[in-house]
Amino acid sequence: MSLQSKYKVLIDTANASGIEGLQVAEMDGVLQIRGTAPNADVKNKLWDIYNQIDPNFLSGDVVMNVDVSTAVSGSQVRVITESSNLNIRKGPGTDQPIVGKAAKDEVITLISRANDQWWLVRTKDGEEGYCYAQYLEPIA
Amino acid sequence: MNLKRIFSVLVVSIALLSGTIACKSKISDADLKAKVETAIQSNPNVQVEVKDGVVTLNGTVGSDDEKAQVESSAKAADTKGVKSVVNNLVVNSISTEPIQVNTNDADLSAKVLEFTKDFPSVKTAVVDGVITVTGELEQARVQALKMGLDALNPKKVDMSGLIVK
Repeated sequence: MSLQSKYKVLIDTANASGIEGLQVAEMDGVLQIRGTAPNADVKNKLWDIYNQIDPNFLSGDVVMNVDVSTAVSGSQVRVITESSNLNIRKGPGTDQPIVGKAAKDEVITLISRANDQWWLVRTKDGEEGYCYAQYLEPIA
Repeated sequence: MNLKRIFSVLVVSIALLSGTIACKSKISDADLKAKVETAIQSNPNVQVEVKDGVVTLNGTVGSDDEKAQVESSAKAADTKGVKSVVNNLVVNSISTEPIQVNTNDADLSAKVLEFTKDFPSVKTAVVDGVITVTGELEQARVQALKMGLDALNPKKVDMSGLIVK
């Protein structure tokens, strides 16, 4: 079975959910998926479908990098750490000193996206610094 | 005698001429199909059908511009032979641009190490853009791990060696 047909539901859903700049291609036996989702719900839905087709992602035959378009400067983002606080650092990198913390589920402001991994944020208390983007979810 | 001869030459030449014209306008559907297919061969997802000189285009293209461009290429393939073009092409939102994959192992390794600091029970190795994950992780965090690693645009994330608790 080709990857396109194995992940047909995932591709069809991505196509129907208004993913901007959607790219789907099989490269070296891996289905590469790229695009920008209109909100975090769509992104999460795609990941749920992917997890249903390939439980725990053990096959390793998909790389899905779907961004969320609502993550723009000035928007609100929620901290989605597992349980601990999210470190806010002076610069983009885990070698940078910690200048503050944001609690799990706390809503903070996205100031700018330094790069794909690190976003500059501000907490309600006015603390500014860089957080790991993977732990921030844009609020639709 | 002379008049008769002129007349017969005339008849023969008219017959020949009309025969040539008839042959020219009667390019077979199969030949026309081949011509159109050659003209649009840069669009492999387009299928061509020809019936009585009417060309029908089916399949997918990447944009409205491409759709119009394929149609005009089909018409231009044989301006006399193509009577009309039925354009059934569907514009697919899936982009045809090449997908970026990070195969710079040094860069990818650094990003993987930085990300997996929050996953201390997980070990990773990066070879030729492929991230191999071993160690163990609780079920609830597997998706977060995969999302974070996929966001680094690797060639592949191999988690078959990861023990999910």
